[in-house]
Amino acid sequence: MKVQDEAVLTIFERSKAGRRAAVLPVAEVPETPLEELIPAELLRDEPPRLPEVSEPEIVRHYNRLSRRNFDLDTGFYPLGSCTMKHNPRLNERVAALPGHARLHPAQDPKRAQGALELMWLLQESLAEICGLPHVSLQPSAGSHGELAGLLLTRAFHAERGEERTKVLAPDTSHGTNPASVAMAGYEVVKVATNERGGVEIDDLRAKIDEDPGQVACLMLTNPNTLGLFDENIAEIAALIHEAGGTLYYDGANLNAVMGHSRPGDMGFDIVHVNLHKSFSQPHGGGGPGAGPIAVSERIEPFLPKPQVVRREGGSGNGPFFDLDLERPKSIGRLRGFQGNFGVFVRSYAYILSLGADGLAEASETAVLNANYLKARLAEGRAGKRLPIAFDRHCMHEFVLSGKPMKKELGLATLDLAKRLLDFGFHPPTVYFPLLVEEALMVEPTETEIKESLDAFADAIEQILAEAEDDPEVAKQAPYTTPVRRLDEVKATRKPVVRQALD
Amino acid sequence: MLAAIGVESVDELFEQVPGELRLDRPLALPEGMSEAEVYERLAALAARNADAESEVCFVGAGMYDHYVPAIVDAITQRSEFLTPYTPYQPEISQGGLQVMFEFQTAMSELTGLPVSNAGLYEGPSSVASAGYLAMAATGRRRFVVSRGLHPHSRETLATYAVGYGAEVVEVGLSNGTTDAAELAQAVDDETAAVFLQSPNFLGAVERVEALGAAAKEYGALLVVACDPMTLGVLKPPGEQGADIALGEGQPLGNRLDFGGPSFGFFCATEELIRRMPGRIAGETDDVDGRRGFVLALQTREQHIRREKATHNICTAQALNALAAMVHLAWLGREGYRELGELLVRSTAYARERLASVEGIELLHEAPVAREFAIHVDAPAGRVLERCAERGIAAGYPLGHDYPEYEDGLLVAITERRTKAQIDELAEVLGAAIAAEAGEFGVDMTHKSPGGIA
Repeated sequence: MKVQDEAVLTIFERSKAGRRAAVLPVAEVPETPLEELIPAELLRDEPPRLPEVSEPEIVRHYNRLSRRNFDLDTGFYPLGSCTMKHNPRLNERVAALPGHARLHPAQDPKRAQGALELMWLLQESLAEICGLPHVSLQPSAGSHGELAGLLLTRAFHAERGEERTKVLAPDTSHGTNPASVAMAGYEVVKVATNERGGVEIDDLRAKIDEDPGQVACLMLTNPNTLGLFDENIAEIAALIHEAGGTLYYDGANLNAVMGHSRPGDMGFDIVHVNLHKSFSQPHGGGGPGAGPIAVSERIEPFLPKPQVVRREGGSGNGPFFDLDLERPKSIGRLRGFQGNFGVFVRSYAYILSLGADGLAEASETAVLNANYLKARLAEGRAGKRLPIAFDRHCMHEFVLSGKPMKKELGLATLDLAKRLLDFGFHPPTVYFPLLVEEALMVEPTETEIKESLDAFADAIEQILAEAEDDPEVAKQAPYTTPVRRLDEVKATRKPVVRQALD
Repeated sequence: MLAAIGVESVDELFEQVPGELRLDRPLALPEGMSEAEVYERLAALAARNADAESEVCFVGAGMYDHYVPAIVDAITQRSEFLTPYTPYQPEISQGGLQVMFEFQTAMSELTGLPVSNAGLYEGPSSVASAGYLAMAATGRRRFVVSRGLHPHSRETLATYAVGYGAEVVEVGLSNGTTDAAELAQAVDDETAAVFLQSPNFLGAVERVEALGAAAKEYGALLVVACDPMTLGVLKPPGEQGADIALGEGQPLGNRLDFGGPSFGFFCATEELIRRMPGRIAGETDDVDGRRGFVLALQTREQHIRREKATHNICTAQALNALAAMVHLAWLGREGYRELGELLVRSTAYARERLASVEGIELLHEAPVAREFAIHVDAPAGRVLERCAERGIAAGYPLGHDYPEYEDGLLVAITERRTKAQIDELAEVLGAAIAAEAGEFGVDMTHKSPGGIA
């Protein structure tokens, strides 16, 4: 197809000397030779070889590229653990208001009262949703929140004169959990999963008992990455607190329980919230996101700085919203300025739009949709070839195992995923969590209608039927996409990570 | 749907949550609102901010009021870029992956280093990420940091260093630039990395190559933070011996947004490619021999390597990196250089103009590119307050981050700042300083000292 062939050119390959798009303002200042302003040896000899392209061709280039992406606005995107819910466009509009978009981050708080109040209101909202009294909006994404939580844990123990070395995490945990543990200078201790998909309490107890004084923290997702609520959470919390550790809640799955159950009430000390998941910030092809943390009273003194605070006004004045930098016990900064404010605007707009009932209903519908799709996939061929990993009601997502499919039809989960592309669906998350063989993790979210769920279930049924006749069809899939299966080994063995220019 | 599941109600599905952990009341949040009401509520909050549209902004300190061309908005708001997630399925993500590849090429060109990732969160946390890399690459746990590095970067590096167990040693400034003798003293064979910034926080262009010699001598990595809007004219870090060049990407195509979201860029030498943090797109072929792009070197990443990953980052800033790429394509090779020259000349003009104002002295004489530091002969907070009353955000007060420059101001220039605005700044600043100095006998007793009203 012509369009596709053309699109494979990069913007650099479209460059022709002398073409350009930008017209810059005239500065009207003296045209002093640069060498008189900056020593010649600190100046660049040749400008970087950026592309030389006209504006219409830039627009065409990126529009063509955009058509080589599948996106949530085009079709069903049940990517487990990522909560691909609809992104209301109102949020984009309010984020783009000049009072938000062109506000300098170093603006004096006196002249940024609207922004600081918005941040404070979002903090209060997240505190209520999480059931924990204090919030820092600073972390830039979920894994940044995790790192924050672990540094908070370190500071919390340090103040008690303790230095603990171990962080426990279930074998079902997100990859970011152990990676964050390592970055925070701790050792990961894996905890087993029981036959109901929850934490294996005996194993947890054993891991604690090895050396309770070394247990710094337990990181947990609840509902976990199997989409199951751990019914033993109160007992788990008690065990960790007894050992003197903190309890960290990976909020990636908060979309299941908003307005129904709160991590703070479950006994967690620290929670991160992915605003790009539960609170509708668009995923942007891999960000931006934001990962605010909510914490208990005992963790509060250590929160990153600056912290947005509300100060009561004196005699007749209204409240004043400020950036508190005087936090002597704080772990310090995690990044520049105040955080991903544009994301805060979108998420606060989302919370205002839905309100208390709406958030609770969103979680109900997310759970209903997941259980309905799970039920549909328990029928027919899917039920046999792709059994549910843990057979009980799920929360907002569920995990299937492609083990029988692989054994009986020779079809790997990857093949099924690639064939789904030809049917116009984004595949579920594959090969995660690690303890489920040939895993397929499905999260439909609340913004899908029944017809979409049915169409997805029908497509799976059709792919399995097709594979019974000829498994090669799926094994060679996809066929209809801009490119077919790509050589990832080559890309890693001999990486070409930039264009050669001459 | 309930019948298909085999339950009577949605409530039944929530029974897996133990009763005592179920919230028995509605969340204490307002009721939902119509779209129009939400708009009004947020517009009312936005109206209480003094933004760069309503005042003339000379504040920089890492984020700058550049003009973002309209095509950046048009392209980044396309659903196909706005609403997918990380390109885990490359066959249907070629658009996003190719953008990453183009972005990496552009950042590599800018910095003069061969390898770029697809972006990190933002500037200061990228600095901290370089620390983590340097520690792993050298097996050492000591960082030597110039006081010219952005204070937020120094603080963030220190925060992270507590976690991964490293020591941070700071080296002072002398006439605006890093004290070379002190730096040479501070670096030793335990040093994992030396961190410089050029132009540094006070706007001064550093002699990176000369300063970096100490790092080379002891086998430490040289990490250079830079401003991507200056690299059209300044010698890139890669040509001055940097092993890693990184920085805040906001000036490229990203709004001020009160501090984010923007992105951090991170470029390095070939030797460090397998230790890089973040996503990296790579070129390859599909089964039919067609050109395509994938996420390369994923064995560095958390979703594959877990605790052995080079970094914990997952969601990064892909859309912000796209904005940067579109902005760079729009500027093009010539426009990018011209913009750099414009910044240098306007900055030189502004610096000279302000230096001639009674009550203003330059904080240093080192060469500058787009920002410079001055000292005002009056309390800086009150001077800024007076300028704000006249619609000018005159600069960034240095006193909090640099107590040694208590009445210092950092003044930043972009292509949006006209000569007339610079002249007005000089006039307004001069008047403010004079008024504070009491020359006009202005009553100042109604003002609180530079702090909260």
